[in-house]
Amino acid sequence: MAAQSSLADFVKRRFTQRTEDVLTAYLCLLPWIIGFLAFTLGPLVFSLVLSFFQADLFTRNVFVGLGNYVDLVQDPLFLKSLRITAIYAFVSVPLGAATALAVALLLNQKVVGLGVWRTVYYLPSVISGVAVAVLWLQIFNPRMGLINNALKVVGIEGPSWIFDSTWALPSLIIMSLWAVGANMLLYLAGLQGIPTYLYEAAKIDGASVWRRFWHVTIPMLSPTIFFNVVISLIAAFQFFTQSFIMTNGGPNNSTLSMVLFLYRKAFQQTRFGYASAVAWVLFAIIICFTLLFMRSSSLWVYYAGEERND
Amino acid sequence: MSSAIDTALISNARKVWHPVLRQIGLLVLVLPGASLFLIPWFWMLSTAGKETALIWKTPPVWIPPVYHWENFIKAWLQGDFAVYYLNTFYISGMNVIGILISSVLAAYAFARIRFPGRDVLFVVVLSTMMLPRQVTLIPLYMIFSELGWINTFKPLIVPLFFGDAFSIFLLRQFFLTISRELDDAALIDGCRRLGVLFRILLPLTRPALAVVAIFNFTWAWNEFFTPLIYLDSPKLFPITLGLHRFIGRAQIDIQFLMAMTIVSTLVPIGIFFLTQRYFIQGIVITGIKG
Repeated sequence: MAAQSSLADFVKRRFTQRTEDVLTAYLCLLPWIIGFLAFTLGPLVFSLVLSFFQADLFTRNVFVGLGNYVDLVQDPLFLKSLRITAIYAFVSVPLGAATALAVALLLNQKVVGLGVWRTVYYLPSVISGVAVAVLWLQIFNPRMGLINNALKVVGIEGPSWIFDSTWALPSLIIMSLWAVGANMLLYLAGLQGIPTYLYEAAKIDGASVWRRFWHVTIPMLSPTIFFNVVISLIAAFQFFTQSFIMTNGGPNNSTLSMVLFLYRKAFQQTRFGYASAVAWVLFAIIICFTLLFMRSSSLWVYYAGEERND
Repeated sequence: MSSAIDTALISNARKVWHPVLRQIGLLVLVLPGASLFLIPWFWMLSTAGKETALIWKTPPVWIPPVYHWENFIKAWLQGDFAVYYLNTFYISGMNVIGILISSVLAAYAFARIRFPGRDVLFVVVLSTMMLPRQVTLIPLYMIFSELGWINTFKPLIVPLFFGDAFSIFLLRQFFLTISRELDDAALIDGCRRLGVLFRILLPLTRPALAVVAIFNFTWAWNEFFTPLIYLDSPKLFPITLGLHRFIGRAQIDIQFLMAMTIVSTLVPIGIFFLTQRYFIQGIVITGIKG
């Protein structure tokens, strides 16, 4: 009798604990769930719907089906922004990753003043994109800027950089390298996670520095590289601040990024439907590249501890 | 005999000299890059203290004969920077408060409680981190304008009281590092679930809270796009918008523009130097930057 009641008691307690747990969990998540519905999922669906309408703030919305997308494909300015964004992303991301990795390899050695060097390389990534843009606006100044003055010393007459439609985009890419510090820190952390016995074993087997780099460092670091490149690509596809502040998309639209194009359509011409279509094209591109990259990862990313079938 | 001594001497010399040569070699590689990274800072600092005539001089004067500190004061007064600073402090502070309250709760649920739908919801959190914000931008703008929130701080602050995916993820990772046995002991002693969070987990994860606060403060400080969309009147501008506005005004007086660029970066740089340990820990644990 007593045993029975204590069993019932136990079951009941277990049950109430479990109900309490579920209730507490959802109570804790309530703000996030509301926020997700109101500020993410709702607007996400809304913007997809909006992209099928001709819509602005003041007039009635007209359903145009895929009209906005058809217009986009025929809009030379949009196609240009697409090309510019792709060039920016596919040049600046690999270049930035290589630079960050090189610096990280160097600063993974025991060099005098290590902390100082790491800070020097990292510091530019602490400040705002606006501050970076304003500073480099002056550095690229064809007349008094740092770069052209430096080039003059070695006898080269520098181009007009951001005022020259051939050099403007490369200028923004060069500038982006100044802020590789955060990526460098990630690579450093990855490098320090590689067990030293792997290097020692390779050394005993007579592997040269070069071979140790390609056959130990790179495979062990590949998850970090993979993650870093994905995140950087997503960010690079959304580049905006630099071109908005430094060139306002110019000269001759040579730095018109997709987000700047979207910004103009949405907030200067209030073409909300058209701008939403731009947003969805951008979104689709980002998803495609992320998925493609993830698919390819099994070919070149090595996860220690992962079971391999081959 | 003497040749044996010679070899011993040589190998000894190698032992002494090898690390030194190595250091020199490394420094030869480190220094050029480091100076490339440092020169823009130095140039900014130098330009900010120059008089107009010196700025356009070629070759450039690296160290101005007289450093005009008053440039900073003149520019500060000319550009309403006190207002921008206060606004930025307010917005960033509110962001941190909102994010901490909402994200701690959500992270706790994900890290510690078993409930139906947990894994699905957590995947949703992770995928919102990948979502480009332009996709939700226009509907959000329409909603906020419907609510009469345009040209107020609300669009920059209110959403963050409903959780931030990145912070939830970060805090969850930190919570998972704390042994579950502590929770169980407290639960057996009759502590409620939320009691476990406030009495056990939060005191143990203070560094994690610091990381989240520092990161979000710095990001909010550096944020440009959102305020650009929602704020019109300069008296509401944060420092990034203020600096952008100042470009037009200080077209000729580049020293003023540089002075205020320096001023705008003081807070993030100060935070970085004061909290370097947390900063680096946060980056390393999450692998994500702003």
